[in-house]
Amino acid sequence: MKSSLIKSIVIFLGLFYLYFPILVLIFYSFNENKRVMVWKGFSLRWYNELFNNEQIIEAFIISIKIAALSATFATILGVMIGYSLVRIRKIPFKSFYIFLSSTPLVLPELILGLSMLLFFISLNNVIGFPSSRGQLTIFISHVTFCIAFVAIIIQARLTDFNKNIEEAAMDLGYNYTKVLYKITLPIILPSIIAGWLLAFTISLDDLVVASFTTGPGANTLPIVVFSKVRLGLSPEVNALSAILMFALIIIGLFYFYFNKKFKH
Amino acid sequence: MKNKLFEKYFVFSPYFWLVLFFFIPLAIIFKISISVSEWGMPPYQDIFLFDNGFKINTSFENYVYIFSDYYYIGSFVNSLILALISTIFCLVIGFPLAFYIATSNIGLRNILLVLVVIPFWSSFLLRVYAWKIILQNNGILNVILLNLGITSEPLQLLYNQYAVIMGIVYTYLPLMILPLYGYLNKFDLNLIEASKDLGLNRFKTFFKVILPLSVPGIVAGSLLVFIPVVGEFIIPEMLGGSDRLYYGKILWEEFFVNRNWPGASALAFSGIIILVLPIVIFQILYSRWSQKNEI
Repeated sequence: MKSSLIKSIVIFLGLFYLYFPILVLIFYSFNENKRVMVWKGFSLRWYNELFNNEQIIEAFIISIKIAALSATFATILGVMIGYSLVRIRKIPFKSFYIFLSSTPLVLPELILGLSMLLFFISLNNVIGFPSSRGQLTIFISHVTFCIAFVAIIIQARLTDFNKNIEEAAMDLGYNYTKVLYKITLPIILPSIIAGWLLAFTISLDDLVVASFTTGPGANTLPIVVFSKVRLGLSPEVNALSAILMFALIIIGLFYFYFNKKFKH
Repeated sequence: MKNKLFEKYFVFSPYFWLVLFFFIPLAIIFKISISVSEWGMPPYQDIFLFDNGFKINTSFENYVYIFSDYYYIGSFVNSLILALISTIFCLVIGFPLAFYIATSNIGLRNILLVLVVIPFWSSFLLRVYAWKIILQNNGILNVILLNLGITSEPLQLLYNQYAVIMGIVYTYLPLMILPLYGYLNKFDLNLIEASKDLGLNRFKTFFKVILPLSVPGIVAGSLLVFIPVVGEFIIPEMLGGSDRLYYGKILWEEFFVNRNWPGASALAFSGIIILVLPIVIFQILYSRWSQKNEI
């Protein structure tokens, strides 16, 4: 009895700790007052101002665009890596391949961002491209570090599922390509969707790498938000947080759904 | 024949992308870090000079410069200490949570797991911002402290190293809980009952049974927290003050403010060597060791 009481208290405190800041943020987004911390009354004023703030709306559209594109590319390449590592035996310089596909997971973002920026500058000096940095360079950088996250999900799934299904299909006369498209890909589809969602949120949330590789006309949402809250508080950002938190939580639930689906 | 072509396509498309956009950029950091710096654009000299016959023009002065100045070493040490403290806090808070989630019945377990992961899915930047609101002078924490009579005037909670630790522990906690849960979930709970039946008290059961079995989870979770925290830039920038400088901030300023590209590159490459390389080696050794010991 005593231990189950301790258990409930620990879990309650843990969840309280995780959710309290988020609830505070959402609560103050309904504050009428311009001074974020002084409560003046319930109001949707800052939501209204948020939707009329062109800078934030524009940044939001840019962010969604980059996130959707880079998640798609990262998913395609990540699935290829996951598949190669589990199913293809002959990979030239395999440990180098593993190094390339897993190091972005542990490399601090700052170092990754700096290396991408210096790479783009050097590339421009050599071949004259990209002449300026912007959405394209952020996209390339995001694909590069999202690949690893997708690859690890796909790799785990392919290791889990029974290879015999593929071999049976092969024995029944399916060729290699047909097995992949008719058997393997449909089976790991939930994981592919989960990988895409993960890559999408990572890209949408990234500030550091985007700050290094951005250029004129490519202020993503985190860059705009950071510039607003770096030195103080902003009631509009509170309103934005509430909306964004809600949207991201929905995406998170979808991720959970697809990632778990395979197991059942 | 067709299979071969197909496999090549699968292996080499990502190979090509990662060599071009990941490996070459790292090589460029190294190249610039051993270049001779100068005033101009770009602010370094080429390493290969052809003007008077072929000459290699490199220098390790950027590394000497960094490693002889306490400003740089000190900030790196600060970051390591910060990462260590944060990792310990995450472990102390995360372990009981992960343990109790893993020992719940299956329905509750899945719900709790989703609840723990959800904050991790929401925006990192905004979760840090939430702490900025909480720790304000007229923020909610100060209001509570004042009303409880613990302090008579608002405490300066924001813009110091403790606020940074608060922010980091909060944002990185799910990264600690998930791998811990993953391993705790695997082991047989009857072992705990068995050890109790055999007369071990709670304390001994924890140290002799539960803890040794969760070592892989502790290692995985600690690495996931420790490494990114060393390079963390956003949290110290938003919640920290001038009382402590960290590696991320120094690297950022060396590049964007001082415009010392070779210096910033040397800092970044040192970071890779000191931080990432030992961990990659450690992981390889550790996976071999755990395979041998069948953990």
